[in-house]
Amino acid sequence: MSRVRVLVGTRKGAFVLTSDGTRARWDVTGPHFGGWEIYHLKGSPVDPDRLYASQSSGWFGQVIQRSNDGGKTWESADNKFAYDGPTGTHLWYDGTPHPWGFARVWHLEPSLSDPDTVYAGVEDAALFRTTDGGGSWQELSGLRTHTSAPLWQPGAGGMCLHTILLDPSRAGRMFVAISAAGAFRSDDAGATWRPVNRGLQSEGIPDPSAEVGHCVHRIAMHRSRPGVLFMQKHWDVMRSDDAGETWREVSGNLPSDFGFPIDVHAHEPETIYVVPIKSDSEHYPPDGKLRVYRSRTGGQEWEALTRGLPQSHCYVNVLRDAMSVDGLDPCGVYFGTTGGQVYASADAGDSWAPIVRDLPAVVSVEVQTLP
Amino acid sequence: MIRVVLPAHLRTLARVDGEVKLEVPGPVTQRSVLDALEAAYPMLRGTIRDHVTLQRRPFLRFFACEQDLSHELPDAPLPEAVATGAEPLLIVGAMAGG
Repeated sequence: MSRVRVLVGTRKGAFVLTSDGTRARWDVTGPHFGGWEIYHLKGSPVDPDRLYASQSSGWFGQVIQRSNDGGKTWESADNKFAYDGPTGTHLWYDGTPHPWGFARVWHLEPSLSDPDTVYAGVEDAALFRTTDGGGSWQELSGLRTHTSAPLWQPGAGGMCLHTILLDPSRAGRMFVAISAAGAFRSDDAGATWRPVNRGLQSEGIPDPSAEVGHCVHRIAMHRSRPGVLFMQKHWDVMRSDDAGETWREVSGNLPSDFGFPIDVHAHEPETIYVVPIKSDSEHYPPDGKLRVYRSRTGGQEWEALTRGLPQSHCYVNVLRDAMSVDGLDPCGVYFGTTGGQVYASADAGDSWAPIVRDLPAVVSVEVQTLP
Repeated sequence: MIRVVLPAHLRTLARVDGEVKLEVPGPVTQRSVLDALEAAYPMLRGTIRDHVTLQRRPFLRFFACEQDLSHELPDAPLPEAVATGAEPLLIVGAMAGG
């Protein structure tokens, strides 16, 4: 029977949750790296026991950890993320130039074909890659040196590159998203990039339809249709059917179109999930009700999924990297909250139950479906 | 032998208990001690001083012999008691919550 492994990054350590295919009973290990912020951990799709973790601290900076046994043991990998060449400036919150500076790794995206190759999205926004299993990291500097980069500006959480999507059907195509610069696409394995934000509208920036400056919170794709992208923007849920060339809004009947994560059902490319949040200054669910919204039509028409989720006095947030799906049938959906709960649904969102209730604030959730 | 006391989280990262003891060739300075420390424990690179600038990370301080040495030049000699191993170099994280 298949198994599921859920990798949870929190403000104070990492946790590994495992279950068999019923997803009814869970073993919990952790905290790994207790006391450190674990922004993200993720396993290689071709070697699921090869895991990478981003461990950071305001005191001690960035550490990268690697496991070869599914998270039972870990070893430190290289943690030197040095920008390639002169760094110049981006815009600060007040619109003045601000020097580029490395802060932390937000997201680790292992290659679809090589367990030793991993992409790292960092703050201040840049993309790095290792091809030796974390032995060393090199910047793919074509992104940071894009002509628009001096105009990029941080979101409230920092100027982070938080989303990396690798196209499984077209070698060399990849997407990244940066808060608050927008979405970018490369068709040459990260050597060169261009913004793909046409159709995004962001009130509050000088030109609401500018090429860059949009606070994209998350992008998701289904492996079978990598040209179709779904986006949770600061406000607005968006969809592109042409690999980011153009976007249209599919917020539809959501109670709020602000939010952070978005994900796609493992077997239904038109079924997507978001967690509406009241507003950008009130990072909690509308009406104190924690509701996942599911669209089976690729957006626009949404249904609230509430069974098993708190429907009163709930004021947690769900961060951008804190939702994931498994590959079982029915598809499992998982998300973690800033209140320390990790909720799981073994029936594609129809019903939910907490796996754990009292972890530190959850930053990221990744799910592995194991043989 | 030079004695170095690490903050708890760096002891865990380096997988050491208690003080670290190091052979430091040549003059005993902040730079030479940190070079020897990072050579013996490569996982500590970047956690005490920045990889690129080699500047002390802002939330860390260096103490020895009841003196704050954080703002001494990296190549200034450390106190004789540190050089002889009578006293440890203390690497201390800011006493801040979070």
